[in-house]
Amino acid sequence: MIRFSLSALKSPGTLFSIRGGVHPETRKFLSAGAAIEAMPLPALIRVPLQQHIGAPAAPLVKQGDTVLKGQLIGRARGPVSANLHAPTSGKVIAVGHFPAPHPSGLPVATITLRPDGEDRWGPRLPRLRPEDAAPEEIAARVAEAGIVGMGGATFPAAVKLNLRGKYPLHTLILNAAECEPYLTCDDRLLREHAEEVADGAGIMARALGVARIIVVVESNKPEAASAMRRHNLGMGHPIEVKVVPTQYPMGSEKHLVKAVTGQETPARALTAELGIVVHNAATAHAVHVAVRYGEPLISRVVTVSGRGIARPANVRALIGTPVADLIAHCGGLSGEPEKLLLGGPMMGQPVANLRVPIVKGTNGVLALSPSETHRSAAMPCIRCGTCVQACPCGLTPFELNARIQADDLEGAAEVGLLDCVSCGCCSFICPSNIALVQGFNFAKGRLAEKQARKHQQEETKRLAAARSAREAAIAEAKRAAMAKRKAEMAAKKTREAAEAATQPGGEVVK
Amino acid sequence: MRLPQVASGPHFHSMFNVPRTMVAVMVCLAPATGFGLYQFGWPAMLLFAVTLAAALVFEVLSLVIAGRPVLPFATDGSALLTGWLVAMTLPPWAPWWVGVLGAFIAIVIGKQVFGGLGQNLFNPAMVARAMLLIALPVPMTQWVAPMGLKDGPGLADALRITFGHAPGYDTMSSASVLGQVQSQLDAGRPMPEILGGMASLHDQFFGLMAGSLGETSALLLLIGGLCLVLLRIIQFVTPLAVLGTIFALSGAAWLIDPDHFVPPLFHLTSGATMLCAFFIATDYVTAPVTTAGRAIYGAGIGALIWVIRVWGSFPEGVAFAVLLMNAVTPLIDTYVRPRIFGRTRSGKPLPLAASAGEKP
Ligand code: SF4
Ligand code: SF4
Repeated sequence: MIRFSLSALKSPGTLFSIRGGVHPETRKFLSAGAAIEAMPLPALIRVPLQQHIGAPAAPLVKQGDTVLKGQLIGRARGPVSANLHAPTSGKVIAVGHFPAPHPSGLPVATITLRPDGEDRWGPRLPRLRPEDAAPEEIAARVAEAGIVGMGGATFPAAVKLNLRGKYPLHTLILNAAECEPYLTCDDRLLREHAEEVADGAGIMARALGVARIIVVVESNKPEAASAMRRHNLGMGHPIEVKVVPTQYPMGSEKHLVKAVTGQETPARALTAELGIVVHNAATAHAVHVAVRYGEPLISRVVTVSGRGIARPANVRALIGTPVADLIAHCGGLSGEPEKLLLGGPMMGQPVANLRVPIVKGTNGVLALSPSETHRSAAMPCIRCGTCVQACPCGLTPFELNARIQADDLEGAAEVGLLDCVSCGCCSFICPSNIALVQGFNFAKGRLAEKQARKHQQEETKRLAAARSAREAAIAEAKRAAMAKRKAEMAAKKTREAAEAATQPGGEVVK
Repeated sequence: MRLPQVASGPHFHSMFNVPRTMVAVMVCLAPATGFGLYQFGWPAMLLFAVTLAAALVFEVLSLVIAGRPVLPFATDGSALLTGWLVAMTLPPWAPWWVGVLGAFIAIVIGKQVFGGLGQNLFNPAMVARAMLLIALPVPMTQWVAPMGLKDGPGLADALRITFGHAPGYDTMSSASVLGQVQSQLDAGRPMPEILGGMASLHDQFFGLMAGSLGETSALLLLIGGLCLVLLRIIQFVTPLAVLGTIFALSGAAWLIDPDHFVPPLFHLTSGATMLCAFFIATDYVTAPVTTAGRAIYGAGIGALIWVIRVWGSFPEGVAFAVLLMNAVTPLIDTYVRPRIFGRTRSGKPLPLAASAGEKP
């Protein structure tokens, strides 16, 4: 589209913009000027056992236990999972189900903690000198500290650090694009803690065995970019700072790689196959803290913003802090918000309940007023094609939607449903206000379910076939044994008969 | 299929919605319309009002009959815009029932029969224009010379022209520019001579000659259209393809044989070319959705307009050109698709080596 070629002309230093995408009002000014602040201990802390992609952690504490800050309270289960640590010292008052920070509001297993107010540290993890540590040790430490992707994807970071050896890696990209409107937590982190982030990036580069580190910042965060330029060494590796155009969804992993390197990751492949690993900037900061100071991931920076918040701010909050406490710390709600979200307005999740806690992947708590959401009633598709032009994945959202509405999920998959990254550009721009992404997510879920069921059916069939084969084999063996016995009996009889014949007049000795 | 109401993102929306888009198009269309109304005076205004009102009435009636919600659809602006476009294609002094009939064809036959907003295959305004032209060749080809509001008939006379019989004004009928060219070419006169005896290019550009409302000022239509492009309501590619194709084809023909072909600038400024390029070929519902598809579609319209004007039996071919290309739209949309990210055009995942080779 014209606007993109124009934006590329305006700033030729930012080489590749991504095809499609949208330019929502970023409204970052609401909180961009607010320095990261601490907040008082909340009265209750709720740590869900599943805050990451993969298996939920197994709880290590029970009701009535006292825990110290940083103590391991949930152990990772399986290769893709993450440890959980007590965010502060206090008493476990429940290990049970609690509404999840998730739109479904379904209860999930949660450890509820009443802080004792002393914030006493337990023993920290042993220090590690990354300069001397083996890459495996670094990855193990990151796993131990329970670090997950903090940009919202919440994929266990250690798993991504262990890709070394499996792929020929050469570049670590640190994602500080922060393309979601409103969010400023990564921006502030870079401005205020560039040195730590750079060190964390260096540590990760060592764990990955790569020499090239690129920090990517969108063009609307010049302070963050210049702070990173001042701290452009991570453990001796030079750090390149690349400024990319402000455009949503620049922060989407594969699109970021495309924008920075010009390389397009093939469908269904990992960026690692191109030799590139992408981590979030906040993750790098957490790695720095975990490796240098032995502190697990128990807090994160959260942007609390939106016109519905009295005093928008960036807060370093303990994992498990209830949303209500965060909002109260920021002056409370100004009026009834139209939407209450965890995460950004494009891909975040609505929360119905103010008591839900923030988790490791929560980068924002937003209260949006009606003047910000521009919601209106859905109309029929007018085939305007705006969604087609906006889709960064080259899909035809209106067509996907039509097929899904007609219950033709396979047809939708044929025209690329599974290549959709649910970025929301199409719904955002659609003049008819059609809830396109909602339909796509629903259809993807249904397709996955179908596939699982098909898989299961095939498995059952396979098992049934195996069992009947086994039974047949057993029956065959039985038959063979019988036949053998019969043959033996027959042989015996003839032998006896023969013996009897050789003893004329004699008794058959039995 | 009903979807469960678990809201997924995005949780806010761009400024654009259907009514705003329609209003923006009407605003961009307003200068040319206003100038046309001024040029052709009270009768044109009456016809314009009647046509728009009729479009709205037919829309509401259709919605009621079809049992669809009336309020959201009647206020989305699409019916008004359709009525407006129909009015733009009518001879400005046509009697009221021509406008009502046009609105009926456009709204009921062109749009609602297909299922309403977003469902129609053909551009409703062009369906109306084409049907009227075939069914009512006489009233649809009676043009008047522009006189300006002051020198034209007053309101009382205008009421008689539009709603009654006003024999006195029939004598004022004159052919449209393209009609003149065609009839004189048929009479065997060479092109330079024909052009010499007609409205100048300058007049056409500023809208000082006979024609329908939408055929008046190419300049104002161009400005309005460019505003639409700047507002990002339409993509520039469509008008560019339409105008570029007309220019290229007519230019080539004119260079080869200037005695029999009209010069390219004449094509661009006359008839409904500008209206078509910016306001009709860009109709969302009936055009392809991809940029490349729109380029093909626009080029097709441009080529057909020129062909019909030169060899067809009608002096003006915009309506037929658009309708023909409308029929091709589904085909274009099936074959011209964007490339999916991470896949080749044929839908296979990109080969790893090739994409790695693109490294700058
Ligand atoms: S949500 Fe999916 S279909 Fe919509 S723009 Fe994003 S990738 Fe394209
Ligand atoms: S943006 Fe909305 S109205 Fe336009 S084509 Fe896409 S789905 Fe249809």
